[in-house]
Amino acid sequence: MFDGLGNRLDTVLNRIKGKSRLTEADVDEALVEIRAALLEADVALSVTNNFVERIRSVAVGAAASRSLTPGQQIVKAVDAELVRVLGGESLKINYASKPPTVFLLAGLQGAGKTTTAAKLALHFRRNGRSPLLVAADLQRPAAVEQLRTLGERASVPVFSTPTDPVSVAKAGIDEARRVGRDIVIIDTAGRLAIDESLMAEISSISQAVQPNYTFLVIDAMIGQDAVNTAKAFNETLSLDGVIMTKLDGDARGGAALSVKEIVGKPIAFGSTGEKLEDFDTFYPERMASRILGMGDVLTLIEQAERTLDEEVTKKGASRMMEGRFDLDDFLEQLRQVKKMGPLKGIMGMLPGVPKELKDVDIDDREINRIEAIISSMTIDERRNPRLIDGSRRQRIASGSGVQTHQVTGLLKQFTEMQKVMKQMGIGPSSATRRHKTKSNARKGRRNKR
Amino acid sequence: MGFYSGWIMHLLYLVLVYLVAVLVVAAGGVYISRQRRSRLSTSSKKVLSAPPGVATRPPDRTQPKVAVDLKPAQTDGSAFVASPKTEEKEPPKSLSAGLSKTRGVIGAALSRMKLRGGLSEEFWSELEETLILGDLGLEISRDLVSKTRDAFRQTGLNSSVEAIDLLRRQMLADLVGKDRSLGLLGEAPNLILLVGVNGVGKTTTIGKLANYLANNGSSVILAAGDTFRAAASEQLEQWANAADVEIVKGNSGGDPASVIFDAASRARAIGVDVVIADTAGRLQTSSNLMGELAKIHRVAQKAPGTLSEVLLVIDATTGQNGLSQAKSFSDAAHTTGVVLTKLDGSAKGGIAFAIERELGIPIKFVGTGEKIGDLVPFDPETFVDEVCG
Repeated sequence: MFDGLGNRLDTVLNRIKGKSRLTEADVDEALVEIRAALLEADVALSVTNNFVERIRSVAVGAAASRSLTPGQQIVKAVDAELVRVLGGESLKINYASKPPTVFLLAGLQGAGKTTTAAKLALHFRRNGRSPLLVAADLQRPAAVEQLRTLGERASVPVFSTPTDPVSVAKAGIDEARRVGRDIVIIDTAGRLAIDESLMAEISSISQAVQPNYTFLVIDAMIGQDAVNTAKAFNETLSLDGVIMTKLDGDARGGAALSVKEIVGKPIAFGSTGEKLEDFDTFYPERMASRILGMGDVLTLIEQAERTLDEEVTKKGASRMMEGRFDLDDFLEQLRQVKKMGPLKGIMGMLPGVPKELKDVDIDDREINRIEAIISSMTIDERRNPRLIDGSRRQRIASGSGVQTHQVTGLLKQFTEMQKVMKQMGIGPSSATRRHKTKSNARKGRRNKR
Repeated sequence: MGFYSGWIMHLLYLVLVYLVAVLVVAAGGVYISRQRRSRLSTSSKKVLSAPPGVATRPPDRTQPKVAVDLKPAQTDGSAFVASPKTEEKEPPKSLSAGLSKTRGVIGAALSRMKLRGGLSEEFWSELEETLILGDLGLEISRDLVSKTRDAFRQTGLNSSVEAIDLLRRQMLADLVGKDRSLGLLGEAPNLILLVGVNGVGKTTTIGKLANYLANNGSSVILAAGDTFRAAASEQLEQWANAADVEIVKGNSGGDPASVIFDAASRARAIGVDVVIADTAGRLQTSSNLMGELAKIHRVAQKAPGTLSEVLLVIDATTGQNGLSQAKSFSDAAHTTGVVLTKLDGSAKGGIAFAIERELGIPIKFVGTGEKIGDLVPFDPETFVDEVCG
């Protein structure tokens, strides 16, 4: 559905490739595509329009440079600008000379404030601090219980009293002084930016506790409303930074750019999963390529590391290097990749996947079908597919509930894949193919180098 | 030893993933392409279908109001896309409230347009930007505006008021005639399953829905199927108390499917009409959790009574990711409707329009506040007016 910027620009630039000089109209056309890519990534309209205007001069420069790949240059320029905007100064936390250092979290309902509070607490505890969580969300049913449970998991004490949010926050700081905690994290109720009474309430909380840091917690999936929300919270609270949540989803996260532009303060942390440990410093580079849809290799690698069994992957890789990657190995790897989630999502993160491939509607049931077909083969057949004659094919097909031509198709594709691997330079060169053992194969590769 | 360390290991991950992907796509190619072709032909039909009732009906709704709204508007040049904050505070609870607000904004913009004379290129692109700001997405916004433009040209209309009315009708054409009622006529108890990503308001919606159904004379039991999130069942329990309905809970970290099954059994035993089941929020990219949801769905189908509705809860602030959510949740749990929450904020919830139009999942309810009564059946007219405003 969504085309990354790379693909979008390719389409435009293919049309104008033959030209020796790019006209202003050509640049305009490219800018239209940049705009579309940003909007599709949920970058706010006003931010998008400003951004595109800033890119114009860069794009003209790139187009005029007579480079063979003006498209690549434009993409690079956009990427650099995104990184510049998203990055900038990073947040350095200065602990208060007179503890505790107070953190106030604010945001819309459902952004993930309570979970974030606990994650932040764990983050500080692991950095040798002694945080106290203060549950000042007395609005949502059971929000206090939720924070208590999460605090327990993070081994961080939680303070609350059933009074009112301002009193709870103040009492929380007194409590921290009393018991000698050096960090206070105040969780507040979710509120709409247009709810005047609740915005006034958080403003009084802020005035009462004078937080050292006020963070806006914002959901990576938010759309055009990000601007209104960021603006309103920033005007009411003068934010020190932003925490983005739910980055483990497949949202392109254009909101990061919108919020950064509006607030002008660093995006301090990113939350990347349901576990309390899934919380990290924010990486502008990753966010930039994600917004542009240019593949997010680092995230993919992290996802791979989290879900794939390293031993199995290593085994598969070494079989590949030895040129002995058979259907049995493939089955094993297939099951691993399956764990990583929908293939379409994975493909989206891979750079350099041809557009044709990305456009295909991938049916993840296809993986199950392939799994069934290979599982219906004997070990011998998986090692040596040439064994598979007509009657074996019949047996495999009925064993996996498919048509025989589907079995044939799979075998053909696998052979193709082996060829592709060779083209990619994976596996021993022809000179070393004779070596059967692992060590020999490796030696072969080293000698070649 | 150490041969596969560091970046080489990373590279191998990527290569393996890539190869598997390529092979799966290639092998699937034969029948996928067949499926695609048929799907494409139906979808293109949908796109090409002309809006009903375009013709020359007078723009009855907006016409009389224009004169009223010609009063001087914002002069900063952004009147058409800006939405006055003071008016937004009022949740869109009634049709008329929504309408008057819309007329205010559109009227102001129109007066500027008119002064400029005729319908400029700028008018159409501002119209498109209004829709983009409502989170309808670029493609749909472009498509709606270009169709409106075509219809406008063909019908020989000439005022911007008429153009905007055409757009409204264009959007309504995508929304009218859908069955938006809850199908609760199966063998009792009828089970309603709520699903969605984290933080969209599933638990709150269940509290409101229980109250809504109870007020309409149904007996209701809640199933605390979110056994994952800390204190989720306590939260639901408070809603159960508020709506004065029974709740069936399991252990924290327990099997959600069995909680739901137990609730259905209990409902059957004591003759309750409806079971509303909560599920833990999950991001659609987590294959484990989506697998768990598919299992919950299977168990719910086998539970006593009828699995009548699977409602996907979508937060009105959601951007284009909403489409990905709707696709994945429908794959795992056959979504039958959408509940659009948090419409009392400044977000328009246009993504729900995109979901209904692209995937045919009807919007059934909207959430408009934190109180138990703040859930109303979806009304296309109010919604379209909001988005166009």
